[in-house]
Amino acid sequence: MERNKLLRDLRSSAIIAAWFSVLLFPLLVMKVSVTGGQALVRFRWERLPAIAVAAFVLSFAWRRALEWNEARGDKPSGSGPIAALTVKARSALALRPIRLTATLVLLAVAAAYPFALGMYHTNIMITALIYVILALGLNLVVGLGGLLNLGYAAFFAVGAYTYGLLWKYAGPAFVSAGLDPGWLFWIALPTAGVLAAIFGALLSLPVLRLRGDYLAIITLAFGEIVRMVLQNSGEVTGGATGISLIPRPWFFGLRLPPRQAATYIYYIAVALVALTVFVVRRIEDSRVGRALEAMREDEIACEAMGVDLVRNKLITFSLGAFWAGIAGVLLAAQTTYINPDSFTLWESITVLMAVVIGGTGSIPGAIGGALLLKLLPEYFRPLAQYRMLIYGIAMILVIIFKPDGLLPRNRKKYTFDGSPSAVGAPVAAGDQEARR
Amino acid sequence: MRRSMVVVAILAVSVALILSGCQKSASGTIKIGVAGAHSGDLASYGLPSVNAAKLVVEAVNAAGGIDGKTVELFIQDDQCKPELATNAAAKLVSDEVVAVIGHICSGATKSALGIYKDSKIITVSPSATTPSLTQSGEYPNFFRTIAPDDAQARLATKFIKETLGLSSLAVLHDKGDYGKGFAELVKQYAESEGIRVVLFEGINPGAPDYSAVVNKIGNSGAAGVVWGGYHPEASKLVQQMKDKGMSLPFISDDGVKDQTFIEVAGTYAEGVYATGPMDTSSNPLAVKAVADHKAKFGDEPGAFFLNAYAATLAVVNAIDKAGSADYDAVVKALRSEYVETPLGRISFDGIGDVIGFGFSVFQVQGGVYVELK
Amino acid sequence: MDFFLKLFLSGTAKGSIYALIALGYTMVYGIVQLINFAHGEVYMIGGFTALIVGGLLFSSGMAVPLVLALSIASAVVFSAAFGFTIEKLAYKPLRNKPRLSALISAIGISMILQNFVLLAQTEKYLSFPSYLPELEFLRPVREYLNSTQFIILVTTATIMVALTLTIKFTRMGKAMRATAQDKHMAQLVGVDINGVISLTFIIGSALAAVGGVLICSYMGQINYYIGFVAGIKAFVAAVLGGIGSIPGAVLGSFILGWTESLGTGYLSSDYEDAYAFVILILILILKPDGILGKNQKQKV
Repeated sequence: MERNKLLRDLRSSAIIAAWFSVLLFPLLVMKVSVTGGQALVRFRWERLPAIAVAAFVLSFAWRRALEWNEARGDKPSGSGPIAALTVKARSALALRPIRLTATLVLLAVAAAYPFALGMYHTNIMITALIYVILALGLNLVVGLGGLLNLGYAAFFAVGAYTYGLLWKYAGPAFVSAGLDPGWLFWIALPTAGVLAAIFGALLSLPVLRLRGDYLAIITLAFGEIVRMVLQNSGEVTGGATGISLIPRPWFFGLRLPPRQAATYIYYIAVALVALTVFVVRRIEDSRVGRALEAMREDEIACEAMGVDLVRNKLITFSLGAFWAGIAGVLLAAQTTYINPDSFTLWESITVLMAVVIGGTGSIPGAIGGALLLKLLPEYFRPLAQYRMLIYGIAMILVIIFKPDGLLPRNRKKYTFDGSPSAVGAPVAAGDQEARR
Repeated sequence: MRRSMVVVAILAVSVALILSGCQKSASGTIKIGVAGAHSGDLASYGLPSVNAAKLVVEAVNAAGGIDGKTVELFIQDDQCKPELATNAAAKLVSDEVVAVIGHICSGATKSALGIYKDSKIITVSPSATTPSLTQSGEYPNFFRTIAPDDAQARLATKFIKETLGLSSLAVLHDKGDYGKGFAELVKQYAESEGIRVVLFEGINPGAPDYSAVVNKIGNSGAAGVVWGGYHPEASKLVQQMKDKGMSLPFISDDGVKDQTFIEVAGTYAEGVYATGPMDTSSNPLAVKAVADHKAKFGDEPGAFFLNAYAATLAVVNAIDKAGSADYDAVVKALRSEYVETPLGRISFDGIGDVIGFGFSVFQVQGGVYVELK
Repeated sequence: MDFFLKLFLSGTAKGSIYALIALGYTMVYGIVQLINFAHGEVYMIGGFTALIVGGLLFSSGMAVPLVLALSIASAVVFSAAFGFTIEKLAYKPLRNKPRLSALISAIGISMILQNFVLLAQTEKYLSFPSYLPELEFLRPVREYLNSTQFIILVTTATIMVALTLTIKFTRMGKAMRATAQDKHMAQLVGVDINGVISLTFIIGSALAAVGGVLICSYMGQINYYIGFVAGIKAFVAAVLGGIGSIPGAVLGSFILGWTESLGTGYLSSDYEDAYAFVILILILILKPDGILGKNQKQKV
């Protein structure tokens, strides 16, 4: 039986190897160059056996991996050593002293990070933390509200340009008044959040009736329009040339060398991430959060229950946009230079990928997804030109083997406890159902 | 027993640390970074500079290196995005490079330069043409082997006015930092010379079809077209103009003065004018560089290849002449020493712009760029 | 008036270019409800295959019409094979999983294919030799519509009609519609949904390849990155017309082309894409399911 299966597998792997040898032949074995309007083709035969062998081995491994994945998926999610460990970890974290210790350890690691690893790692961590804030914000829209948003980079741009324009227009006045322009950062931070939230509300107006991909395309259009406006209104925003020499955040009037400045911004980023996590968690458990979740599950039923959909959608987009605005200011402060190229559709897609790969709707997921997505290509740098290829492959592997995300949302469960003490409790079954 | 294990472990770790520490200080290599867009939509402008640097470094190392030290390349991708450029820059700083060939796009260069400046790393860009990079005086560590946009725009305007004698122009650009910068300067200079600019518009790079804007050019009554941008759009524009039976003179920048443009546009390229560095094709070093590229990578080099080749040569030469990789000495050498490159005998002026290769206007004649004297 | 006519025709030509890509896109989209970011990449691969095969055949001295036919045929075959393989590899394992997961997989595939071609071929722009015939009767009016634009327009129309008929009247088309409506139900009544989905990808990718060859001939150049922009435009056109509707995709593409062209002509090309997007927003506000999309009833 086992032997038969192996033989069958080997045979289909051989077929697949032949298939890929043919499929990839024109692009991998032949190489075209055009001179004088005449295409010339060179053959690289040495690659053919390599393709065949690689396809054979990989298809074999792939099939086994898929089978393993299938088998894993059938099991209830409470068994297996890893699941047991997570359960244990969760219950351990429920204990106050352990939770406190864990938080302290995390804080200590976060605090020591820039000193232990140097400027490069601090820098990429800042970028990753900016994306963590973005992902947490988008998670409110996509994960909680179930509204697919492909124009999220627009709010990011609003934030970054709030700081940039503030510097461009108010900066000289600040300097001549003898004030440190670094103060502008602290002014821009809340302003950008509020402005982005207003933009979010504006966007939500045309999309009230739309669902699914129609919604996605409108948000995409919105994002592109914002970018085009930034690009074309050169007199105000600097156009494609962007805004340069944006000051770093104020730090007791000192002009920090780059390494210390990076460390400083890193700490600001960590603090903002902590704030975001705190607020987002509160939102999830609030009345608004519940209403959003209900809206995601079923709009019509939700409306019938008396939830105001218009108000909810408005709030969702505003809340999500708020954090993008904050992240934008941070980006401007880190790079000290902004231009519209940083806010393309691709940026929106990257943030969406972070949310989905982490686990739609899950806060640890959004954090993990953003860190993975921004740090992985940096760690892949030694792969040189193969970097983005490997990155794409990694994304696909993750999503196929963990389609619900790496850290899927652990939804609250209320189970009925039939013990005598609980029977008399006023919690009715219907209530539990509704809160599930 | 257990204690001795601990001692052994500590010894091993400290030896490892010392060894790794030693390796850093005693390594006999000179580290040079290469940064630019090596993936994403602009990779075709960034990757040729990697090939150029590789070729130069290979030749230098084969000849025994600089003062017996071999040169080592550190290649970092920034996708022409400002925020990735700061990461690439920070990575190169932590790799302890002495100089960087790059970045490719002006925007990315700007955001990376702050980091290089504070870390005293020389940056030689083969392609960042925004005038302010040198003229603002903000970046004493910045050099470039390409002329700033204003020099080119001035030359192009002079050519349009004096040689072509056009009275009205349609100025198009690709909305990018480089293309729009050039286009705006041409517009400014042309208007001060009394030439009417009847159309000034940006088009979407990468779009399959520009026939609408070509129709608009025809409708505007312009006597000539100026394009600020790169060659893929330029070749689509000239092709679609000629297909519509329009034969207006087409003047562009050094993003178009590239053999790839003629390869892609074919016969449509005939008659196109472009500004660019003087007679590079007949320069023996340029001929050799292109031949080496063909031998090693199997095809013709791409955009900014010779500029990057020259940049790498200039850096290598300056380190050689300075006798060490010390920042101040190398900067001094870059500013004072002349070096033979595929672009000619070049050096750099006080603000980092290249001297030694003048710019001139070229025209495509019979499938090659011919310098117009 | 003459200016308007010119702009209108160039908008038509542009629209037919978008439509050529959007047709395959909307088919896949209608059946698996997947925003197939990799569709543009398949189109790019089609173009590259045609360039390679065409170059090989041409240098062996074959006659031009034969080179054209064979290079299109090979582009179609290889792109279809790519589409089939991508579906099996990256989408099928995610079929019953959250929709967004398949979207991420599509983005991953798009990244892989782009960088694969970048590494396996070249980062440079290559000239794309046109083997298309020059139609003599269009010579006097080439200011309005040139030969390649005309060929693209005719091809788009033909494909649209053929696809609509196939889907309406053949057994396979019926199976496709059934699958699009309800996969489980279709399976219950004996539709081989795996086969249908594979076939959809094959047809969609083959159409992308035809688009790749024709559009690259028109542009006269090819590069590993041309797919991304094209894919986004096709997505916009498909949604504008109504998801899954074949005539809708074509209509959406034309509206896109006309808006861009007229906007460029009478206003400014600085905001070319913005005009299209504003029209898109307006249309979707008035018709939330696209122009020709079916108003899907919501059930509670």
